[in-house]
Amino acid sequence: MSELDLNDKVNEMLAKSEANVKNSDKTFVRPEDEIREVVAPDGSIITVNPLYDYFSNERPQVEEPKGGIVEKFLNWARAESIWVLGFGTGCGSIEIPPLVTPRYDMFRFGVQMRPTPRQSNAFIISGYLSVKTLKRVIRTYEQMPSPKYILALGSCTINGGMYYDSYSTINRLDKYLPVDVYIAGCMPRPEALLHGFVKLKELIKAGKAEKANEYARNFDEYKANQKKIIKDWNMPDYNW
Amino acid sequence: MSIYAKLGFTFLGLMIVLNWGMLMGATMRKIGARMAGRYGIPFKQPWINLFKNMSTRTTITHGVMYYIGPVFRLSGAVGLFLFMPAVFTGSENGLWTNFSFEGDLILILYFQLFGMLGMALGAGQGGHPYSAMGIARGLAQHAAVELPLTLAFLSIAIQYDTFSVYKIVEAQQGGMMNWVLFTNPFAAVTAILAMLGAMGHSPFNLVKAPNEILIGPATEYEGTYLGFMQSSGAILHVMEAILFMNLIFGGATNWIELIVKTFLIYFWSVFVGMVFPRFKIEQSVTWFFKIPLVLGVLAIIIYSF
Repeated sequence: MSELDLNDKVNEMLAKSEANVKNSDKTFVRPEDEIREVVAPDGSIITVNPLYDYFSNERPQVEEPKGGIVEKFLNWARAESIWVLGFGTGCGSIEIPPLVTPRYDMFRFGVQMRPTPRQSNAFIISGYLSVKTLKRVIRTYEQMPSPKYILALGSCTINGGMYYDSYSTINRLDKYLPVDVYIAGCMPRPEALLHGFVKLKELIKAGKAEKANEYARNFDEYKANQKKIIKDWNMPDYNW
Repeated sequence: MSIYAKLGFTFLGLMIVLNWGMLMGATMRKIGARMAGRYGIPFKQPWINLFKNMSTRTTITHGVMYYIGPVFRLSGAVGLFLFMPAVFTGSENGLWTNFSFEGDLILILYFQLFGMLGMALGAGQGGHPYSAMGIARGLAQHAAVELPLTLAFLSIAIQYDTFSVYKIVEAQQGGMMNWVLFTNPFAAVTAILAMLGAMGHSPFNLVKAPNEILIGPATEYEGTYLGFMQSSGAILHVMEAILFMNLIFGGATNWIELIVKTFLIYFWSVFVGMVFPRFKIEQSVTWFFKIPLVLGVLAIIIYSF
């Protein structure tokens, strides 16, 4: 069998398997998210589609900074009050707890940990990011109010690091979420993380930390990349 | 004094109380940090946080009551200020007595609960699966705090035969030995112990501890509404301290005295918080029913006969 024939054969087989996948009724919707009928208090029957009824399905909007002295003042306030979401995504999160100890003390830089994405404006992606965690990270990132910033901690977020050939982790975080500051190293010491905060503050004060708007502007591109790697996409496209 | 001048002075007093509350909060966090061997937050941090929260570009809605919750809390805090004489000036219609009137003690007790009710209403609308449990815990502890607190206040009211905070302050003038702390020690100790719960610091801060799952509605608030809650929290802390200062520690005759006394009263709850770890709700409710409640009943019995 010649090489060309072999290629044709392989292509044919691939097309067949793709058709099979499309035909098979394979969904990843959890039982509680399935479309169902419920009885309202007045006795009428309503059809509920949780994925689209319980979440806002609006695209993110670009919210341009107002500019001028007001924006400068607000950027100063944003830079001096960085609230970090307490969500350790990988092994690098072990470097975050030392920051609240007397030795490093991040509070003097105006950095605090918050328990909820609603109140945070900075997200530390700490180290490797598995595909499973990426899904949660996207949901969480989109729940944070704009303006929001991402610090990517460790080499794994830049090029995959020591997990570059792993089947379950992503290599370049920048493809899936917009990153403001990279902190290189494996693992970076807490001092490096503090330096990352200082760098982020400089960027915010200079008005250059507008990645949330970039995410909104290139929303389709980011979503296509995310869906390429997350096979079991069972959530709305935009998770408020 | 005309009503406009009175409104102006009340507004000015509210601004002083708000800023003093924020500065006091920052100072206490700084003291806590120094105890832990850290440098701590800058003194200006609460104002920066407030500006930052006011400047978020996106907000998320969960319905009308979700937004009214923080407004309720803020109006509770402002209401507490409006009807409480802040500084004793020797005249019932003085500069800083605000809109104090006969029987304002009852209204103040009600306003204390107002913020908590606002949060409960917001929790209902927030849709947070744990908020119902969080609010149930909060209200359970608040009820346990309110009972001894009300008994102590009633005892003081019976002692001076009035429900007017201004008259209670007036009766305590003329030396330290006239303070309720010395004339009615049972009521004073009851109120001082119950105050720990009213201030909501450790060991009684399970309801609003930031890393508890059952924090409830507060996790859902962000942006301007969180700013509302921060400013109302600052006012509430000072107003609680002013309430205890007026009822137990002889009130204040000028703003400097008010600042020193409220600082020490607030420091008492922070000091206890630094020393003791957090209670579970059943432990704190049991504690309030065991010690302050018994003392409160004693205080009532002594002054009823």
